[in-house]
Amino acid sequence: MKRLWRWLIPLAAVPVLVLLAYGFVLSPRDIPSPLVGRPAPGFALATLEGGPLELATHRGKVVVVNFWASWCYPACYEEAPVLERNWRGYRNRGVVVVGVDIQDKREAALKFVGDFGLTFPVVQDLKGTVSVDYGVYGVPETFFLDRQGKIRLKHVGAVTDDVFRTTVDRLLAEPASQ
Amino acid sequence: MSRAAIVLTAVLAALALVGPAAPAIDAQTARPGTEEVVHDIASQLRCVVCQNLSVADSPSEMAGQMRAIIRERLAAGESPADVQHYFVDRYGEWILLSPPRRGFNLLVWLLPLAAVVVGLAATAALVWRWTHRRRGVRTAPAAVDPAMSERIRRELERGS
Repeated sequence: MKRLWRWLIPLAAVPVLVLLAYGFVLSPRDIPSPLVGRPAPGFALATLEGGPLELATHRGKVVVVNFWASWCYPACYEEAPVLERNWRGYRNRGVVVVGVDIQDKREAALKFVGDFGLTFPVVQDLKGTVSVDYGVYGVPETFFLDRQGKIRLKHVGAVTDDVFRTTVDRLLAEPASQ
Repeated sequence: MSRAAIVLTAVLAALALVGPAAPAIDAQTARPGTEEVVHDIASQLRCVVCQNLSVADSPSEMAGQMRAIIRERLAAGESPADVQHYFVDRYGEWILLSPPRRGFNLLVWLLPLAAVVVGLAATAALVWRWTHRRRGVRTAPAAVDPAMSERIRRELERGS
């Protein structure tokens, strides 16, 4: 009996340690979005130039919605050329890139767009409603929408050529209507 | 008081200490549109750009926008529970500062309680053992060396 207790007490700590170990290997930045697989929330916002942009008008295309800010250094600075390059490469194949500038000043955003020579449409989410609709918790975050307007991938952090091409190619290869 | 009663009292006292955790949104006391309700909802939401701050406590722009969204949704006639559900729907349960009490999350609520109960029981058992050790078992007086007692007697006589 005594011998059993001597083993039982340290053994009781094992499940607790396993639970702690499980918690420590998880990345706190790696939060699964409940929106993946669901229809992308629609929005109608003004572009930096002042024109209107409605997400619904791009239905039928593969849409890349990229949330960014001019103060988001270095990740947004890293991905801006990647987005521009791939927008130019794919725009004639039914792909559209939409930048959503959040928590930013218009002048700073315009300077960013000018510095990187961005030609894809950029809207400003001044009230943060679209950011919250998309469950955005930081910049940059990028959502890849299929032709049915469903969110298929959420990418946190700077988009790379690899992520962009792999995802967009996969979505383009799918039949236009299901 | 029996031993069981002592343990039970201790457990109940511990429960009373741990007792009321985060207040749930009370639909009856919450009148929509008031700043108090906005604060109540915001204080249960995690500020997404902060570390360990609620939307109510954060001075960040994002938290300010979230409070405005809460205000707007309440003004549009949504109940506090609806507003909370909207945020959970977009961010997942991660957005809630206190995890809902079901499923795997129950571990977070129950493990500390279980640890307190087990600890109290172990302490009670140990205290019982220490205070009741060998009561009633008269230990025989230690055998005294006759030569030693003779010596003590002699020393005392010499001293007086």
